[in-house]
Amino acid sequence: MNKIERINDFVIRFCNVNGSGSASANNLFAKAIFRLGVPVSPKNIFPSNIQGLPTWYEVRINEDGFLGRRGGIDITVAVNSQTLYGDYMDVRPGGYFIYDSTKPLPEKFQRDDISVIGIPLTTLCNEAFSNPKLRQLLKNIIYVGVLSSLLDLDFSVLTEAIKKQFKKKPKLAEPNILALEIGFSYAEEHYPDTCRLSVRKSDKLTDEIMMDGNSALGLGAVYAGATVTGWYPITPSTSVIEAFEKYSNLYRIEEETGRKKVAIIQAEDELAAIGIVIGASWNGARSFTATSGPGISLMAELLGLAYFAEIPVVLIDVQRTGPSTGMPTRTQQSDLLSCGYASHGDTKNILLFPCDPKECFEMGADAFDLAERLQTPIIIMSDLDLGMNDHISAPMRWNNKRKYDRGKVLSADDLENLKETWGRYLDVDGDGICYRTLPGSHPTRGAYFTRGTSHNQYAAYTEESSEYEANMKRLLVKWQTAQTLVPEPRIKIKDPEYNTGLIFYGTSTHAAYESISRFSREGLPINSMRVRAFPFQDEVIDFINNHKTVFIIEQNRDGQLRTMLINEGNIDPAKLQPILNIDGLPVAADFITRAIHASGFIPTPESLQEQHTTGEKQ
Amino acid sequence: MSYSRPGFRHPNEPANDAGYTRRDYEGAVSTLCAGCGHDSTTNAIIQACFELNVEPHRVVKVSGIGCSSKTPAYFLGKSHGFNSVHGRMPSIATGANMANRDLLYIGVSGDGDTASIGMGQFAHALRRNLNLNYICMNNGCYGLTKGQDSATADRGSAGKKGVPNPYESIDLCELAIELGASFVARGFSGDKRQLVPLIKGAMAHNGLAFIDVISPCVTFNNTSSSTKSYHYVREHIEATNAFDFVPLQQEILAHYEEGTSQEITMHDGSIIHLHKADSSKDVTNRLKAVNSLEKEKEKGRLLTGILYVNPEIEETHDIINSTLRPLNTLTEKDLCPGEEILEAINSALR
Repeated sequence: MNKIERINDFVIRFCNVNGSGSASANNLFAKAIFRLGVPVSPKNIFPSNIQGLPTWYEVRINEDGFLGRRGGIDITVAVNSQTLYGDYMDVRPGGYFIYDSTKPLPEKFQRDDISVIGIPLTTLCNEAFSNPKLRQLLKNIIYVGVLSSLLDLDFSVLTEAIKKQFKKKPKLAEPNILALEIGFSYAEEHYPDTCRLSVRKSDKLTDEIMMDGNSALGLGAVYAGATVTGWYPITPSTSVIEAFEKYSNLYRIEEETGRKKVAIIQAEDELAAIGIVIGASWNGARSFTATSGPGISLMAELLGLAYFAEIPVVLIDVQRTGPSTGMPTRTQQSDLLSCGYASHGDTKNILLFPCDPKECFEMGADAFDLAERLQTPIIIMSDLDLGMNDHISAPMRWNNKRKYDRGKVLSADDLENLKETWGRYLDVDGDGICYRTLPGSHPTRGAYFTRGTSHNQYAAYTEESSEYEANMKRLLVKWQTAQTLVPEPRIKIKDPEYNTGLIFYGTSTHAAYESISRFSREGLPINSMRVRAFPFQDEVIDFINNHKTVFIIEQNRDGQLRTMLINEGNIDPAKLQPILNIDGLPVAADFITRAIHASGFIPTPESLQEQHTTGEKQ
Repeated sequence: MSYSRPGFRHPNEPANDAGYTRRDYEGAVSTLCAGCGHDSTTNAIIQACFELNVEPHRVVKVSGIGCSSKTPAYFLGKSHGFNSVHGRMPSIATGANMANRDLLYIGVSGDGDTASIGMGQFAHALRRNLNLNYICMNNGCYGLTKGQDSATADRGSAGKKGVPNPYESIDLCELAIELGASFVARGFSGDKRQLVPLIKGAMAHNGLAFIDVISPCVTFNNTSSSTKSYHYVREHIEATNAFDFVPLQQEILAHYEEGTSQEITMHDGSIIHLHKADSSKDVTNRLKAVNSLEKEKEKGRLLTGILYVNPEIEETHDIINSTLRPLNTLTEKDLCPGEEILEAINSALR
């Protein structure tokens, strides 16, 4: 057997039962690697359940800094009997399988191409600890100790991490460190020189941070001055609001009074959540909400109102696997069409596509400037992978000189000094953006009646066709203005011949760059474009037109960005070859690479690749 | 269109203490049917604002969809208004109120907007006790779609089409009391003498004041077989009490005999004097309030007036402990933690 032999470049999977306290042990492992300066990306693959169902935690360790999913498992820690066989079969040939040998493996576990490492986790744990509650948690810590031995992982980094974690309860640190030692000693004694995977200290990471995208979005909203949120709990977006509340409780308390400089309302549903945002924004507060696909469906009507009545809205969509309730705890990029064209009638909404926590923070803050400048909904398209998993990212930055762009709002003084007749929907600057006023500003000027019904330039109800048409066309002028304000695409040209171009967005970015790098090593340069916003700038369309072959990577079935590009850019559909990942897991570099190799790939049910990656196949 | 308003006004039209004439509280000309109950309700709102010396531009009007929700265009033309989508007035009002707690919020809705499509939002705005004057113009039918029964139509009542409503009706006032509303009243658009003080009392209330205004639809539901017709309501109305509303600034001049009146001091210091006809009706007691409603219903009577009030209650802003300053006036300095704190946050994430 050829054992897989790698330093700082492998994938490890933890197979657990949810609700068993495995998350903190697994996080401890990932964090330790991060603190050793080694690029690492953990992915929590969890069920829509609180206790008792299978959950996986996949950690990619990669010295080269590729942090998307690679595909394939090199080493598995299997402590869930429900999925044991599937987890066993998923290990790559030459890989390693660690299991709780308190119970022997059944007959059918007969692979001879992997190293099987039995650790009597339950026995070791029960011998050392008597508290039943602690036992369950510490069993997980024991396998982290085992890994420390097998992978030559610096033991002191783990103990330091434990001490940091239990800073406030040092008594709890002791049994955890003991558990680490138990696992470490057992593996040292029984499995010396067994595993040829190892983790070494590296200088690849310098000032990077490790953070989940939802926290970064919540923090971005705090920095941008959001003061009102209406929200409704839904996985995987809930932690955006939780982060906003956490940071607000830290930084938004009025010193003199102890009162909060924020209003957070848990609404009765997503309709009310977006209604609260619209009401608050209309009244001059920066306001936002976060939801996922089902919430978007419910919000559609009010999004149309905000589009047509021209009210700023910041909406964060942390996408999950649809349709309908779908797989609520798995990731996907499948709300582009429902967000981009949300609501009946001719509506278009601005979309932003962040790819890492730093960009979540930036777009989370910039979205408020854009919303107020453009007086329209801005939807940030995150997803479960970005939102709920920890990612390594460049640190977040802020400039104290930054001023909020509150857009075209007439103050009491402006209204007092106004010479011309003001019209709420009068395009005086020719950019399609009109001046708005806020309630209570001026005793006699600037009041108007906001409505979702057709209105003329002075906000009065109209059924006059010409006035309706003029208004709809002006909204298109505003859409063109938006093109100049939204984040530009990131284009990387490696091939001056423009043979092959690769388009992607959001969380596909990391695996896409890795795949491009592999092709580069094979001598096939590929140009790339990371789309960061809708509406698309001319350079987005030009990139497609300039290439002979263009692939577009998406994490949905129907190629939703592809549809939008064809629609908005008048692109020949044959020009855009979709690479579509729909298994509910973050797209992997192996998958993209295979798809490009097999180009000519057409998305019919037959041609979609089989992707059993959750260990459930039997 | 119900009427054409003459442009002429008396040159010496009296001004209120804030310096505004009644005309300053008017809006655009109504496009509702002639004789529509909603126009009378609109007038009562105008009158109440005038008498309370409200500054028109410090009022925000929010509505949903339907005939009733059109009315904010017809009063307070110098106030900002927001005609939103069907059934969502409460959430729009919630957001607006969260953004600026210093303004006076009037929410206008109808029975379709409140009792059907917007039932959820109605219930939850009540629960949160949003500081909002929620006026439901209730005619028991969907006027704008030509007269279908609404959820407040009484069982057996028939509108223009002549088919009796087979379903149970929802009593919004009873429901509001049960859902924890802090001010619940019912008025009749045909009784301005009662309706104006009801609206004034609602405006003095700190929290959600709900007024169910029976407001007949002259076109589709004013038939002899309808229980929401002018005639029927006039014949079957029963008031909880006659009452006076004494605003904060006014001196109390009337003399009330011991035991004949109940005095309620509102949050802003205004006083409501209720002249009690019946000592079993205590409007500060939830149980008695619901009992009164049910008893009158049994007798085939429609109870009006202030039905329940709890002046000692926190509104949403108090509950969430938000700043007394309007949130929409806060700036970067108040809101942004700055780059030094961000650097510390970054460090903690390493």
